[in-house]
Amino acid sequence: MTNAPGQVEPPSGPSGVGAAVAEVDTTVDSAAVDGAVAIKGRSPWEIVRRRLRQDRVTMVAFGASVFFVVLAAIAPLLAKVGILNPDQTHPELVQGLGSMPEGFMGGVSASHWLGVEPGTGRDLLSRIITGMTTSLTVALLATIFSVVVGTIIGIISGFAGGRIDWLLSRFMDLVLSFPSTLMLLSLQAVLVDRIASLMGQPSSAPPPKIAFMVLVLGFFGFPFFARIIRGQVLSLREREFVEAARSLGARRGRIYFKELLPHLWAPLLVYTTLVLPANISAEAALGFLGVGLNPPTASLGAILNDTVAYALPDPAYFFFPGVTVFLLVLSFNLLGDGLRDALDPKAGRQ
Amino acid sequence: MFFYIIRRLVSVVVMLFIISMTTFLVFFASPVDPASLTCAKNCTPQVIEGNRKLLGFDKPITVQYANFVKGLFVARDFPDDPEQKARAPQTIFTCEAPCLGYSQRQAKSVTEIIKDGLPITASIALGAFILWITSGVFLGIIAALNRGRWIDRLLVGISLVGYSLPSFFIGQLLLVFVAIKWQLWPIPNFVPPSEGLGLWAQSIMLPSVTLAAIFGASYVRLTRAYMLETMAEDYIRTARAKGVKESVVVRRHGLRAALTPIVTAAGLDLGGLLGGAIISEQVFSFRGLGWTSIQAITNTDLPVIVAVVVVASFFIVVANLVVDVLYGVIDPRVRMS
Repeated sequence: MTNAPGQVEPPSGPSGVGAAVAEVDTTVDSAAVDGAVAIKGRSPWEIVRRRLRQDRVTMVAFGASVFFVVLAAIAPLLAKVGILNPDQTHPELVQGLGSMPEGFMGGVSASHWLGVEPGTGRDLLSRIITGMTTSLTVALLATIFSVVVGTIIGIISGFAGGRIDWLLSRFMDLVLSFPSTLMLLSLQAVLVDRIASLMGQPSSAPPPKIAFMVLVLGFFGFPFFARIIRGQVLSLREREFVEAARSLGARRGRIYFKELLPHLWAPLLVYTTLVLPANISAEAALGFLGVGLNPPTASLGAILNDTVAYALPDPAYFFFPGVTVFLLVLSFNLLGDGLRDALDPKAGRQ
Repeated sequence: MFFYIIRRLVSVVVMLFIISMTTFLVFFASPVDPASLTCAKNCTPQVIEGNRKLLGFDKPITVQYANFVKGLFVARDFPDDPEQKARAPQTIFTCEAPCLGYSQRQAKSVTEIIKDGLPITASIALGAFILWITSGVFLGIIAALNRGRWIDRLLVGISLVGYSLPSFFIGQLLLVFVAIKWQLWPIPNFVPPSEGLGLWAQSIMLPSVTLAAIFGASYVRLTRAYMLETMAEDYIRTARAKGVKESVVVRRHGLRAALTPIVTAAGLDLGGLLGGAIISEQVFSFRGLGWTSIQAITNTDLPVIVAVVVVASFFIVVANLVVDVLYGVIDPRVRMS
């Protein structure tokens, strides 16, 4: 937070994450009659899949990430059929002193697995899951925005070279010189109203704020992608297939998207998985600071903001949402790390 | 080397110029009337017009920016109206150079506001920096030297957890449980270093730990990776073959090379920190720059927002410069051109 300290580059540098090169496996084939060593070529994809499957931690992280995403995706549906009741109040459960939930761990029971919210008695699990939908949507859209803009600018900058490259690179330097967290906070003063009037909604409604967070988070995230892509394109553009495409008279757009882009999926995939959790924490942190989405909207940040005051009287209410953010961020981080290791041709298993 | 530094200095000045101009344009030339943002609830047309004149929003944006830059070197008047000054000098606020603007919300010069917050933020940032560099680098080296053993796995695991824990969560835990409930540490309340270094260190400890946790975790990983890379180099094997003691190999040959990129990353991170240890300050109610900016945002105090952004960018750009120059000093393989 945003701390945004996810900015530390991995030591192997952007160029370290390339597509895995085809490698030759020299396992002894037991069926070979005269003891000859069978040499089998493997496609890059097979190698990556094999490495991933052997990496138990990454597989668990992958499972957890998929679980969270699916849960967030079906939450509105679950709320509609009544499995989740984020808005139903239970005054009878919060009759304790100061409307604190009664019972063990903030009112944990068979019908309220994570207890209830102090004051209103709303089911905490339902609130967290519906909040996850909003938070993941914001984080995902912001990441997609960064990826799309970053890829386009990175490809143009790396391929065009010369003055265009210089200009775009200086522009990225400029964006990176701004304190992104501070901008995320302060730009609200001038941008949210503007976005709201463009969308034809009152500025207190959630959609303009969500749009603002997506745009600003995405904007300050794009140089990371652009720099990585630019570095890759700088070496790719000297390769024969680009030369061939050029001499056949291919237009720029074709070279960018049909020739270069397919070579860039590996770093894009890895950095997307690593930027997404950073955006999740950013949304949560903004909510915590009280300048994110406002409490009537369920988002992890909004819930966290509400829990601050209860950390002492109702620790469980404070713990569960915080731990949820932690688990979300941890599983995406582990997945990203695992993908990077699997896709890095230099990586001996560490 | 000398010309390199001069050239970099020039580029820093150009960069700061562009940054301040962009910030200015974004906040004061946006389609939203900045004067209407200055008074939230008690806005009447008269108040808006008064503030417009007071803060100089009635002038073209180029003049406003020129005045802002001029204010860095000579004193400015708010409102800038010689006639009113002659008539009623007591209604004029004179902002001494370097003047970053005037906050009518706090009836104070923005420079004063920044000056109040900066020492607090700098203290937390410095404390965090020391904590995360020493623990991160030390543990990273231990992990790298014990690669694959249980201690390496443990350290990598802990760093991943630390890296994924939201810092507001860590901060709130420290404040509510360590300080308030279990009373293991006094509740942090900033003490300036002039009143005793021990008290100062004690007062900033918990906020610094909050800030350092996430960085420390990522520096364990960073140091470990660089150490592993360096220790696989040929010259390490050569040094060992010469019969150099292992401790010397690690310190003089391994660590020295591995430290270069770490210093780079650390310098940049420290520069970014001064823009506000926002969360840490908010959790512990420390009135540093981060807290100041949150206040300014909730009150839409635009001059303060702009100044904090410009000051924070200043530290980022300067950190970039320092790191670039240091790079050549630390690593003899890098030659400036």
